[in-house]
Amino acid sequence: MRAAAVAVSLVLVGVLVFLAVKGSPAFTAGAGELPAHAANFWALAGPLAFGSLWVAVIALVFAALPAIGVALAATIYAPSPRFGRFLGAVLDLLAAVPSVVFGLWGLMVLAPAMVPIYEWLHRYLGWLPFFSGQPSVTGRTVLTAGMVVAVMILPIMAAICRESFALTPPALIEAAYALGATRWEMVRTAVLPVARSGIVAGGMLGLGRALGETMAVAMVLSAIPDLISVNLISSQNPSTIAQFIASTFPESTGSQVSALIALGLVLFAISLAVSVVGRRVAQQGVSR
Amino acid sequence: MTATVPTSITTTTTPAGAASPAGAALAASETLTLAAEPPGPPGAVGSMSITDVSCYYGSHLAVADVSLEIPGRAVTAFIGPSGCGKSTLLRAINRMHEVIPGARAEGSIELDGVDLCAKEVDPVAVRSKVGMVFQKPNPFPAMSIKDNVLAGLIIRGQRPRASAADELVERCLERAHLWDEVKDRLKKSGDSLSGGQQQRLCIARAIAVQPDVVLMDEPCSALDPISTLAIEELMRDLARDYTVVVVTHNMAQANRISDVTAFFSLASAGQPGRLVESGPTGQIFSAPKVAATRDYIEGRFG
Repeated sequence: MRAAAVAVSLVLVGVLVFLAVKGSPAFTAGAGELPAHAANFWALAGPLAFGSLWVAVIALVFAALPAIGVALAATIYAPSPRFGRFLGAVLDLLAAVPSVVFGLWGLMVLAPAMVPIYEWLHRYLGWLPFFSGQPSVTGRTVLTAGMVVAVMILPIMAAICRESFALTPPALIEAAYALGATRWEMVRTAVLPVARSGIVAGGMLGLGRALGETMAVAMVLSAIPDLISVNLISSQNPSTIAQFIASTFPESTGSQVSALIALGLVLFAISLAVSVVGRRVAQQGVSR
Repeated sequence: MTATVPTSITTTTTPAGAASPAGAALAASETLTLAAEPPGPPGAVGSMSITDVSCYYGSHLAVADVSLEIPGRAVTAFIGPSGCGKSTLLRAINRMHEVIPGARAEGSIELDGVDLCAKEVDPVAVRSKVGMVFQKPNPFPAMSIKDNVLAGLIIRGQRPRASAADELVERCLERAHLWDEVKDRLKKSGDSLSGGQQQRLCIARAIAVQPDVVLMDEPCSALDPISTLAIEELMRDLARDYTVVVVTHNMAQANRISDVTAFFSLASAGQPGRLVESGPTGQIFSAPKVAATRDYIEGRFG
């Protein structure tokens, strides 16, 4: 047990040291030494960090309600325990699908299917900054990418919600029913308030996973690395850190490589912060 | 305390259990008006007749053929050894047994002439007329004391306006003998109260939806003697306005607080529980008609 803990910690520290040592030249690098013609490292990292968070938040928004719904279906609304286990197994299968497959699906199925919807959104909601400008004709937008990532983070979010719903004290369920609650009223009164920290923790872990997602985003999104934009349906989209590293690495040399490694450090820091917050929220729920 | 026993109490004789014409009125009704003209003498509103009720968990028969009259505006105690089905029967009265998968009940339980067990009657409607207090206090931890009292209304999206809410909360907490202890901290979580206070909060919550009947499933078994005494006093007091049915393991308690006592027992473990004897509490405790009742009351078994 202890050896395993030490080993995991060493790997973590090793990764951190590697990123810091190999990436450090990038922090002081000037114009001409960095990829994407960036003037300095932070001008490169800023828009990419925004893109990563933007895609992750979109994914979270799309995944949250289905995750809660599936978790409720697997626990409170399950007609039998067997059905609940079946639904859990389906979710685990969904989690086992390689991200390349999701990328292909997003690129070939979801993106073309979304084009008319994007045109509709632009026509009727174009006055919102999210839907202004010419909509993409390929459908390879940040919204499509976010939806693909949403499918990918759904299993972990649903699993954590399911666990916290299953832990609802039966006494509270009875209390709500005894006051004349319907099932949905019972869920709102007894299940969701108690499981709130579990839901938040699931969201944070989903967010952490979405931040690091590379392949699906790289395949779906047509991206511009130095763009910060909240437009959801344009053909001009911000890039994410993971995608940028993956697509730029093959043609990079010297100081450009260290810039990519430093970007990895930035992503590492963001993911770590998100997962620490998620864990803290989850533990608060347990201790209460 | 047992001097107020209504004379209309029958023991195990079966009354005519004809289907009530008012039965459909309760089905999915919004106003939950049970019967416009309740049968029986005035002041006996909230009386119940249980007729040939059997309860099952899956194929297991837990309670068999219970017929019992429960007087309105009085305290009825269910006593008996563990496993005799008294809690199961209590839960069947407001159809809480339906929450447990596989549990079902047969027979009829009429409240003021309306059969609560009828298929077309919505259990949600039954539960807002027949409230329940549980063995372990179960206030909603994410709600304030005030919101716990209002929970039955909040659940249905009927939270009253500020002044009406304050008035209702004060009235119900007064009625539950809790107002003086919590009036300065209504915004605090219900979790911050002691066990006895939590149980009284649960009683306030149950009566806030204006039920006719309050069922109590061993409400004092998780409480200390002082808190138990407070709840016992409260039960007597509640019987002025509500029909109270209490399941208890504590025979001294049944003797102290109830007007009518029903003794349940079972032949042996695994056998269904049956009603052995019921009647005015004074008579059950001083001159039971059945030997098994006397043995149980005198502590020879159970």
